Amino acid sequence: MTKSSFSNIQSEYLALIDHNKCVRCKRCIQNCGWGTYSFGGDKILADHSKCVACGRCYTYCPEGAISIVKNPTVLRENANWKEGLIKNIWRQSETGGIVISGMGTTFKYKKYFDHILLDACQVTNPSIDPLREPMELRTYLGKKPSKLDIDFDETGEPILKSKMPPQIELQTPFVFGAMSYGSISLNAQKAMALAARALGIVMNTGEGGLHDDLVPFGKNIIVQVASGRFGVHRDYLNSGVAVEIKIGQGAKPGIGGHLPGEKIGADISRTRMIPVGTDAISPAPHHDIYSIEDLRQLIYAVKEATDYEKPVSVKVAAVHNIAAIVSGIVRAGADIVYIDGYTGGTGAAPNIIKDHVGIPIELALAQVDERLREEGIRNEASIIAAGSIRSSADAVKAIALGADAVAIGTAALVVMGCHVCGKCNTGNCSWGITTQRPELVRRLDPEVYGERLYNLISAWSHEIQEVLGAMGVNSIESLRGSKERLRGVELTDAELNALGIKHAGL
Amino acid sequence: MITIDAAGMHYKELNRLIREGIEKGIRKFFLENVNGQYYIGDGIKGDDVVININGIPGNDLGAFMDGPTLIANNNVQDNVGNTMNAGKILIKGDAGDVVGYGMRGGKIYILGNAGYRVGIHMKGYNEQLPIIIIGGKVGSFFAEYMAGGIIVLLGLNDSDEFDSEYFASGMHGGTIYLRKKIDFSKYSKDVELYEADENDMNFLKKYLIDYTDSFNISSEEITAKPFYKIVPSSARPYAHLYTSA
Repeated sequence: MTKSSFSNIQSEYLALIDHNKCVRCKRCIQNCGWGTYSFGGDKILADHSKCVACGRCYTYCPEGAISIVKNPTVLRENANWKEGLIKNIWRQSETGGIVISGMGTTFKYKKYFDHILLDACQVTNPSIDPLREPMELRTYLGKKPSKLDIDFDETGEPILKSKMPPQIELQTPFVFGAMSYGSISLNAQKAMALAARALGIVMNTGEGGLHDDLVPFGKNIIVQVASGRFGVHRDYLNSGVAVEIKIGQGAKPGIGGHLPGEKIGADISRTRMIPVGTDAISPAPHHDIYSIEDLRQLIYAVKEATDYEKPVSVKVAAVHNIAAIVSGIVRAGADIVYIDGYTGGTGAAPNIIKDHVGIPIELALAQVDERLREEGIRNEASIIAAGSIRSSADAVKAIALGADAVAIGTAALVVMGCHVCGKCNTGNCSWGITTQRPELVRRLDPEVYGERLYNLISAWSHEIQEVLGAMGVNSIESLRGSKERLRGVELTDAELNALGIKHAGL
Repeated sequence: MITIDAAGMHYKELNRLIREGIEKGIRKFFLENVNGQYYIGDGIKGDDVVININGIPGNDLGAFMDGPTLIANNNVQDNVGNTMNAGKILIKGDAGDVVGYGMRGGKIYILGNAGYRVGIHMKGYNEQLPIIIIGGKVGSFFAEYMAGGIIVLLGLNDSDEFDSEYFASGMHGGTIYLRKKIDFSKYSKDVELYEADENDMNFLKKYLIDYTDSFNISSEEITAKPFYKIVPSSARPYAHLYTSA
């Protein structure tokens, strides 16, 4: 059993090869982005210390000869001194570094979506059969007018006099969350772009600029402006359907990001508009935003640059006083507020932030919706909820708690083969998702995974229609912010209160 | 050519008039009685467009601008040249805070002083080389996270002090030229100080002449003193900060 040099840290997984089944085709050697496998003259050898359980090798082994198992050499169980804590102490004592990883937190916090139940019709109010009757999922994101002025033409037909603020039209209330070219591969972005176009929804560039190949997908793209202002210029701002100002991210509230220089090759350099090989540093704050007034200034700088034709979204992480913060953002002129819960994913973030900062999206959403309604400004902006939406059930519950739409990031990557190994930061992703190594990126076929993303979102949309039908409503609009259709189980009074829902049975 | 009297005009109206004017083919604009209007020149395009501003323009002058020239005949406020891509901004007075944030190309020449956070995250890309030249002095957080381009600090008003703290912290690209030697022990560990050599001065010359010509001042006084240059110690200041879980 190989262990890495003189580290205390043992291999987490064992890559076991059944040499009776193995035909030495060496596909595992090709497929593993981590260099776990090598050929030892007459058989495949495995360096277990390199295995991250990303699942690529056994998925593509034609003989089913590989099993990845947890290393049975255990640390003595201790509920206080958990394995991860001990290993991090070793890692940090060996390197002196801040521990970082990809994806969302792996900590076991309470998942409120799993403690919320939906209502359904029985006897007194009829349910609707979505297979036979129309069921509207179309969603418009953007500022809605407080009142509508209507005129009538000579035949008495009403004509809308009010000029509607710009909207993003979604055929189903999903968007792909912001993931930059750099954090993920161009092929992964292309898969989302193809799916977004086919579905009539949008993807988001993240803070990585817009690659030339994605320019034709402008009608299905939100472009992002963040603190590093990478790839941001006048034409970029005008190339999508909306502009998003990123303040924070659920996985790493309050901190910025570094795309390491070794990932800045020629193509990423061109897209981000920075030199090859330099770190792409996004500072923690925007250095021109220190207040709600400053945020308003940037929102309107973007609106001026886009001639008031694009809705402007502001993305924030869900943190303690999120309701007051979002109220300020709406008053600053945002047309959309994107709220990212603490379990949201990332390409890389310090574990101390990922595992310990922020609040659950469910609670944030309920409080924000409540606050904006109380203040009479809920119509001023749409809300996108994010932070590990894992199923259509999570999506429906988020909408009933007050979201207009939900964003999916990790789920979209799982479609592309991601096994949530959390090593995105290393750039060795065997699935070609969070890597820039050409031999790995090449294997992710945008057409194939674009279609699978289309399938997933279509399936989830059908599931939402089923649930709406069961609740006796024929439009997603009718469920939005309708907390009366939700009940809690195994929740305390304080939790129910924060969610604004009743306990089951009441 | 068009003259717009901006007195009492909302910025939205003023900027709409400018955008429509450019679309109609007008290339020279004279703005009179400007009094704090935001976003003048925001997101406009056209290398031959010149906007002459009388009065005090408000924040975000020339934000996202891509080619035109703005001439401010007085002081200006904050966020000049925010994320600017190309063009030129001449300021005949002082500038406020956050000059050239994320600026990728073009030139900002300031005759007087500038406030805090000048040149933060300024970046160069290929042939695009953003340049800021400041006649006077600057406030703290100067060139923080600077990733590319050139900033020249002339200190013409002869104050011996750079009050600035957190000078060039996190700088990982580009070059700063100073016309005064500074007590470097006070400043960032991310950068190194050298005396500017002949190559540097030859490189700088055309920009300094452009600067002095723009403001009709003598270039001799400026080049009479030696220049110093500050460059980052590394293009990757945080490369060793992390360890993978």
